[in-house]
Amino acid sequence: MTATLAAPRTLPIAPRTLPLGKALNAGLRRAMDEDPKVILLGEDIGKLGGVFRITEGLQKDFGPNRVIDTPLAESGIIGMAVGLAIRGYRPVCEIQFDGFIYPAFDQIVSQVAKLHYRTSGNVKMPITIRVPYGGGIGAVEHHSESPEGYFAQTAGLRVVSCSNAADANTMIRQAIASDDPVLFFEPKRRYWQKGEVDVTASLDDAYPLHKARVVRAGTDATIVTYGPLVTTALQAADIAAEEGHSIEIIDLRSLSPLDMDTVNASVRKTGRLVVTHEAATFLGIGAEVAARVQEHCFFSLEAPVLRVCGFSTPYPPAKLEEHFLPDADRILDAVDRALAFGQT
Amino acid sequence: MNANSSADTLIQIVTPEGKRTPQSEYSDAIADVTIDTVRELYEDLVVVRRIDAEATALQRQGELGLWAPLLGQEAAQVGSARALHSEDFVFASYREHGVAYCRGVDPTEMLRFWRGSTQSGWNPYDYNMTTPAIIVGSQGLHATGYGLGMKFDGAEGAVITYFGDGATSQGDISEALGFAASFSAPVVFFCQNNQWAISAPVSVQTHITIAERGRGFGVPALRVDGNDVLAVLAATRIALARAREGSGPTLIEALTYRMGPHTTSDDPTRYRSAAVDDEWKRKDPIERIRLLLERAGGVDEEFETRVRDRADTTAAQLRAGCLGTIEPSPMSLFDHVYAEPHSLISEEREHYSSYLAGFEGARS
Ligand SMILES: Cc1ncc(C[n+]2csc(CCOP(=O)(O)OP(=O)(O)O)c2C)c(N)n1
Repeated sequence: MTATLAAPRTLPIAPRTLPLGKALNAGLRRAMDEDPKVILLGEDIGKLGGVFRITEGLQKDFGPNRVIDTPLAESGIIGMAVGLAIRGYRPVCEIQFDGFIYPAFDQIVSQVAKLHYRTSGNVKMPITIRVPYGGGIGAVEHHSESPEGYFAQTAGLRVVSCSNAADANTMIRQAIASDDPVLFFEPKRRYWQKGEVDVTASLDDAYPLHKARVVRAGTDATIVTYGPLVTTALQAADIAAEEGHSIEIIDLRSLSPLDMDTVNASVRKTGRLVVTHEAATFLGIGAEVAARVQEHCFFSLEAPVLRVCGFSTPYPPAKLEEHFLPDADRILDAVDRALAFGQT
Repeated sequence: MNANSSADTLIQIVTPEGKRTPQSEYSDAIADVTIDTVRELYEDLVVVRRIDAEATALQRQGELGLWAPLLGQEAAQVGSARALHSEDFVFASYREHGVAYCRGVDPTEMLRFWRGSTQSGWNPYDYNMTTPAIIVGSQGLHATGYGLGMKFDGAEGAVITYFGDGATSQGDISEALGFAASFSAPVVFFCQNNQWAISAPVSVQTHITIAERGRGFGVPALRVDGNDVLAVLAATRIALARAREGSGPTLIEALTYRMGPHTTSDDPTRYRSAAVDDEWKRKDPIERIRLLLERAGGVDEEFETRVRDRADTTAAQLRAGCLGTIEPSPMSLFDHVYAEPHSLISEEREHYSSYLAGFEGARS
């Protein structure tokens, strides 16, 4: 990819502790510094810095032609990005909240996803679509959804989700550097969660964008998850450890493509798998993981693959979201069932 | 009515100083309005502002998750809502608490949505008014479809839909204007141009007036001083009359100002200068009616007491209702996903119910 410019001009000292949201901001800044073709588009991303302040300060430093406050129209934002990409730009679009991506759905699945294929590879779509997603912040309707599955099912799109500050910083840069369109799902309830980030690191030695990561090693069972629930799964594993169980946790990071090698290796070791995400169980990412694991690890499995995910209901009012969202208890309940299987 | 002139004269009946403008075709539309009607409108404005202030306070106290204040937009909402008949149907956005109040929605019912204690709000058929549309602009098409249905049914009445200046950038609103014009749907498109869509000034959405945009779709348009309750009442009556007589849609652009934040999560100081806020304070929709009434000798102690009592009572009821909310039970999560039984939901409901039951045993 073409990162041509001279040394970045606004880099802070690394490594340092940053909240996930600020790590994204630093990643965006770095990408803009390195490539003048990177431009940001979205509602309220300029002076306001976005409703979650992820683009804070960028318009001030890069000007209104590189950080564009758009009219209030998601289809317009993505459709414009398509044209800009055809012109050689690398647009990074912000969709303000998960539930507002649907007005742009047509542009994303009919245009962004298919142009490279339709033009026999002549037209590239290096578009990054950032989506703060998921629940847990007590928001009103349409502000807590997990629509990643729709996009993961669409050929031509790459879909990723970060779960911690360091990944957020690297993955956003990798997504922007990708010549393919990337749906970049940001776990909004983890924006304020801090982690160590080396904002000066080179992408050359970065962990690959589409590789899953073992975030906690264990031997008794595997939990596969991504995005906001990685933190929850780690909490569950801590509790399980007190009860004497060693749980391995895999952060998928990439939902399309899926890194099944990492998942399969873990399941072959532990023999038990629980998949958890906030999106509905039915036809979710977990269903794909489960199907592939039974195909490739059938003889290693000691228990059925279990899923702990959102219900097949619309996201409920805030007062009920603690019931909707998988928590450590529900995850542990599944882990216990997996561990108990076949041991009567 | 002259809704097709491209020159956008701002319809005004009461100036910010509380003086009547000269008689016009628009004042004819409210010829029946007596000083008592103006007193009632004033009372509405005060009560609606009070509901808004109380809800904002409840949010600050942690009782509501969020609130979208209407401060400054009372006249646009009350003036238009008081032009409606009970059989008319309202398709609202998320800021129309004043309209909801005029439709008779119990303020407590409005709050519970923002508290996160209920699904979208009330039963739309109880008040002929939809619950908040969070997806910006979506309601415009719904209004047009409903209006077409009314037309097919030969029903009395009309439809009104509310949206902001930002919403006019959404395809849905453009499509709605186009459809309504094509099918001559009995719809009044009521845009509260409050100058801002969160941090984006109206100039980001359009370089011509919103009224002109309507005309571009073949929808006649009126541009009205949205802080002038009488002018809004007149313009809306004219537009509704057109709809009722089968002459099709009208767009009303009510020029107003969002004096506070976009929602209680927003910080307008990041993008807006206080100087403009001050300028609009001088055009306050309540103040000018008060001046008009004072001038006409319509304010006495009895009236003042009546208005104050009504505002106090409404605020107290609203607070008590909010604090007394009975929160939804966990299993209600699975209610109403479908109108008919669905095996997936039944399965998940049963599974979660036994999960919770096992938990109770373990913990108690
Ligand atoms: C489809 C969609 N995109 C974005 C949003 C986020 N959002 C909510 S309100 C708003 C601004 C709306 O401005 P305007 O239409 O002028 O109405 P106002 O809030 O000023 O009354 C935005 C961007 C949304 N709710 N729906």
